[in-house]
Amino acid sequence: MATAEAAHHDEHHGHPTGILRWITTTNHKDIGTLYLCFSLTMFLVGGLMALVIRAELFQPGLQVVDPHFFNQMTTMHALVMIFGAVMPGFVGFANWMIPMMIGAPDMALPRLNNWSFWILPFAFTMLLASLFTAGGGPASGWTLYAPLSIQGGMSVDMTIFAIHMMGVSSILGAINVIVTIFNMRAPGMALMKLPLFVWTWLITAFLLIAVMPVLAGAVTMLLTDRHFDTAFFNPAGGGDPVMFQHIFWFFGHPEVYILILPAFGIISEIIPTFSRKPLFGYTTMVLATAGIAFLSFIVWAHHMFTVGMPLAGELFFMYSTMLIAVPTGVKVFNWVSTMWRGSLTFETPMLFALAVVFLFTIGGFSGLMLAITPADFQYHDTYFVVAHFHYVLFSGSVMAMMGGAYYWLPKWTGHMYDERLGKIHFWTNTIFFNITFFPQHFLGLAGMPRRIPDYALQFTEFNVISSMGAFGLGLSQLIFVYVVIKCVRGGKKASDKVWDQPRGLEWTVPSPAPHHTFDTPPKIA
Amino acid sequence: MSSAPGSYYVPNPSAWPIIGSIGLFTLLLGFMLFLNEGAAGTWLMIVGAGIVALMMFGWFGTVISESEGGLYNDHVDMSFRMSMLWFIFSEVMFFAAFFGALFYTRTLAVPWLADTDLLWPNYEGGWPTAGPKGPLPIDADTAVSDPAAQFSTIGPWGIPVLNTFLLLASSVTVTIAHHALKHNARGNLILWLGVTLVLGFVFLYFQAVEYSHAYGELGLTLGTGVYGATFFMLTGFHGLHVTIGAIMLTVVWLRCLRGHFKPENHFAFEASAWYWHFVDTVWVGLFVFVYVF
Ligand code: HEM
Ligand SMILES: [Cu+2]
Repeated sequence: MATAEAAHHDEHHGHPTGILRWITTTNHKDIGTLYLCFSLTMFLVGGLMALVIRAELFQPGLQVVDPHFFNQMTTMHALVMIFGAVMPGFVGFANWMIPMMIGAPDMALPRLNNWSFWILPFAFTMLLASLFTAGGGPASGWTLYAPLSIQGGMSVDMTIFAIHMMGVSSILGAINVIVTIFNMRAPGMALMKLPLFVWTWLITAFLLIAVMPVLAGAVTMLLTDRHFDTAFFNPAGGGDPVMFQHIFWFFGHPEVYILILPAFGIISEIIPTFSRKPLFGYTTMVLATAGIAFLSFIVWAHHMFTVGMPLAGELFFMYSTMLIAVPTGVKVFNWVSTMWRGSLTFETPMLFALAVVFLFTIGGFSGLMLAITPADFQYHDTYFVVAHFHYVLFSGSVMAMMGGAYYWLPKWTGHMYDERLGKIHFWTNTIFFNITFFPQHFLGLAGMPRRIPDYALQFTEFNVISSMGAFGLGLSQLIFVYVVIKCVRGGKKASDKVWDQPRGLEWTVPSPAPHHTFDTPPKIA
Repeated sequence: MSSAPGSYYVPNPSAWPIIGSIGLFTLLLGFMLFLNEGAAGTWLMIVGAGIVALMMFGWFGTVISESEGGLYNDHVDMSFRMSMLWFIFSEVMFFAAFFGALFYTRTLAVPWLADTDLLWPNYEGGWPTAGPKGPLPIDADTAVSDPAAQFSTIGPWGIPVLNTFLLLASSVTVTIAHHALKHNARGNLILWLGVTLVLGFVFLYFQAVEYSHAYGELGLTLGTGVYGATFFMLTGFHGLHVTIGAIMLTVVWLRCLRGHFKPENHFAFEASAWYWHFVDTVWVGLFVFVYVF
């Protein structure tokens, strides 16, 4: 225990090794690794749940699981992926890269950083254990709408407490990121010189601190409605179940930007490197990110167009939602312009970045369709919505993380990953992704509802295609796991620069990056 | 392992975080079992709370000894200050959720419920209300005989306005104490911080009196429809935060007695004072929107 001994901080004196090293570490790179491994594990767990869903939907009728378990799977899949895979994954990138990118010796609050991570395994133990309670896991959908979630069993309480723990973890982690960026920059690293990944994380952290407490409040009200006789969401006592939706989505929409902004940051690092040009429109990128963050607070009710809001509300939320397309469009324009007349090469990270730009844009367009209130009356709660958010979340956030992993793995491990396998992973992943999710647009437009284990016969063909794609997609991730393990274990020695013309401080330190970087701040030109 | 003097202090590996996680997990698991009539629940909660308390003692103790040992330079101090401000911002947003619920029910949900004749045609709405199936509101501060049929609210001009003065005064006294600290007037520092503490604890005492009055005589409980829910959740979470703030100030006061803090370097004092101003501000919001209007 590094308590009083900390006072005479001997270099590496008495540092624990083995598993204790990982449990007690205060090093941002160790903690980043922990986050990334946790994220990958949750990605596989959540993926298995998705395969249960797709297995059931392979044919009409009920064959693989019973409907109640199906509902548990849709709920858990979303919770695990959002809070377990995507958010911690990006925090892992932040831990590894932000101190190196801004020339800091570590995160601002290293012990707190350790706690932010080590809350997560406990939170997910609680969440996943709920599957084994009497009555099964939560089955209300990840949105936990009242009154359904109020009627659930003790698994709902476990979910609520798991969310409380994840919230603590996210808020503490976000505070650390903000303070690191504001307070730990090397002299000369002006705000407008920050790499875009750092900028997007700064704004993401702000969103996290602003909305995670609101989610905590929402689930706390659920808890008191369940056990302490309050009537927040019960009309008999003057409450309103729709209020839960408002509070939830006030968190929920900024949350989807929490899930995508760091991805934008990663893409904005990869594309310039492989275009051998600086990022086009740096200032507009920063402004667009800030604009998206601001708008994200005033669009939440686009998730609730069909609950019966007053006309003024429907119109306001329709127009404000459409406005988001403007800063998003600016970003896509800038990425394309960065590539324009660049000398492009297509290593695996660049392939992922390109696919993200292209496929995320498809998701943006379907979002725009959903934003049109009268159209959403048709699309709401159908597979069209499912297709939309998988285009932004899988081929946006998740694939950006994969690209980022290939991009920085040589820096992390000191070895080049297997380029051939990386490309195979990219192509299988991307092709199967589209096979899985593109047909879901048609299913949704034709009226197939989401979160239902059975469907009418006319939806069969597209569901068969989608399910086959999903199993291919799942299998292709095993290639990824293999490439990562192989790269950690060994491989061609990576140079310090790794790539031909990368920009940024992280490429000035050796590969693998030593345990401590920038104990004395670097000079920034 | 920032060893060079004057560089940013990066602490050695620490076991406190994992102990905190174990404590938090045990506490919440116990609470969950307690809510669902699990026999072990209460015990687990006590054990969990104990572990969390141990973690706080250990962790903050480490921080204090590092601080007094001169390991933190201004750069580290700035990290602490920024973190505290952002933490307070997260607390603001937590309260915002409950204020939002109050505004939403008062201005939208209840009037809509009163307007529609589908479910409860005779429901009039208005505020305070316990909803169509709840007891009916009567004049503030009037004792009720049958809480199933009637409830009464707590008027603003008794204890609540007194409590407002107490907290506002405590914000002033903590500022006086801060000035004393800056001028190294230790006697005044201890006196005024002590006064702040007394004001805080008197506030909490009055809140407790008010709660037992509400439950005992006014028929006003957590279950009194949406009025009771918003009233008790807002004032209850506020009271919890006052308690936390008062504990923080008590620790700071004890440290002052031991001669900790320097005129130019006293982060823990400032953080607790900021937190205290924050709970005061929330109270003003509560007084205006929960009690007066
Ligand atoms: C161009 C910007 C976007 C627009 C205009 C947009 C619009 C919408 C709309 C209107 C809905 C509600 C559909 C319905 O339930 O009827 C929706 C759902 C959703 N969107 Fe987006 N969106 C955009 C970008 C994103 C991004 C970047 C993400 C995440 C990375 C995202 C994630 C989601 C999710 C998860 C849902 C479904 C939530 C649920 O009901 O479970 N969206 N989007
Ligand atoms: Cu949204």
